[in-house]
Amino acid sequence: METLEQIKNRAELAVRGAKIDIVPNPGPSQQSSLLIDNEHAVEVAKFLRDHPALNFDFCSNATGVDWLDRVVKKTTKVKQVVDGVEKEIDQTSEEKIPGYLEAVYHLYSIQLKHGPLIIRMRTANRGDGARLPSLTPVWRSAELQEREIFDLYGIRFDGHPDLRRILMWDEFVDHPMRKDYVQPDDFEWEPTPHDQVLERAKQHYPPRPQLDGAEKIAGQSQS
Amino acid sequence: MSEGQIDEGLRAELQRQGIWVTSMQELYNWGRKNSIWPLQFGLACCAIEMIAAAASRYDIARFGGEVFRPSPRQADLMIVAGTVTKKMAPQIVRLYNQMPDPKYVISMGACAISGGPFKQGYNVLKGIDRYIPVDVYIPGCPPRPEALLHAFMELQRKIDSQKLSGENKAEFLKPEQPSEFPVPEFGEHDLNPPANPKTYRPPKLERA
Repeated sequence: METLEQIKNRAELAVRGAKIDIVPNPGPSQQSSLLIDNEHAVEVAKFLRDHPALNFDFCSNATGVDWLDRVVKKTTKVKQVVDGVEKEIDQTSEEKIPGYLEAVYHLYSIQLKHGPLIIRMRTANRGDGARLPSLTPVWRSAELQEREIFDLYGIRFDGHPDLRRILMWDEFVDHPMRKDYVQPDDFEWEPTPHDQVLERAKQHYPPRPQLDGAEKIAGQSQS
Repeated sequence: MSEGQIDEGLRAELQRQGIWVTSMQELYNWGRKNSIWPLQFGLACCAIEMIAAAASRYDIARFGGEVFRPSPRQADLMIVAGTVTKKMAPQIVRLYNQMPDPKYVISMGACAISGGPFKQGYNVLKGIDRYIPVDVYIPGCPPRPEALLHAFMELQRKIDSQKLSGENKAEFLKPEQPSEFPVPEFGEHDLNPPANPKTYRPPKLERA
């Protein structure tokens, strides 16, 4: 398979106006991906599928990612004149990066036996703007998986032939895989709660005065 | 000696003389317990074990339970074999309601009992006993076919001990006992109601 740079250059040459970024993955898997702008995504996808040297004819996986709003702190050294003397002072600035949702597709070429190529698309925001172009017209295998992304992450795919919920029922309004999803408060006894489940368990445990407030109770009983 | 029963010693003596004495209740229960027809109905990996129990190696036919019925109208037993998702729960309750009395439920595997490994998930019901009464629980993930046969034999024991008349007669003979249970509706965040408040008692919370 060609390198990501080569594929990116080919696609940008072939599709006029397409803007493709490489999202590096410094982890052990080294699976960097291409971030495709939403406007030209379908054209770029068609190009990746149809170009004889690439021929990505199989979309094996489509999934979603939820990126919450986050604040990045930066420290920059700024020269300032303090009391007539020029000094270097560390200045911290906070940059707020708004959250967005992402759809990730893993592409393979069965014909040329190469892959995976990972492409991503990002929504404008996590609210009303959570829309992306559907790649189902390009790869039919994305149909059910895009429905699943819609169901669990709430990304609306424009151009999808049958965008309905697939795992949850139609009346359900939440998107359970989003990081800010709040579960119904239905905790039940769990033999070995840990981590998040332990936190949920603590909210439901009956009060334990002999341990949790021993001093107070003891003081009351003496008086 | 309770009603409808005969002295064991007298019966053994009569049998020795070639006279077989029984009661209506014994005959009725003997017939019922040896022809339990399960509903053909599997949900997850436990269903594979249920199929194995029905196949020749374990052979549930030895206990009279091999007639898996595709219609709830002809079934006596519902084996809830596998994970009950919240989306599936109303259909299970509806199938249970469509079964004729007397009807029994085996809750097979950790998921059907309590939600199992998916208990804290967002779309798995924390036990089918939130909506329908369960006669036998089989722990395991999944339980082996022997465990299902054991549960089947326990159910036979229960059927055998059910009285047909008197104060302690079986639940299904009491007209005031419900044989149908309300089907939960799909709500915006959860099933509505999340459990049948009339029959379901949540387990007591204990600190781990």
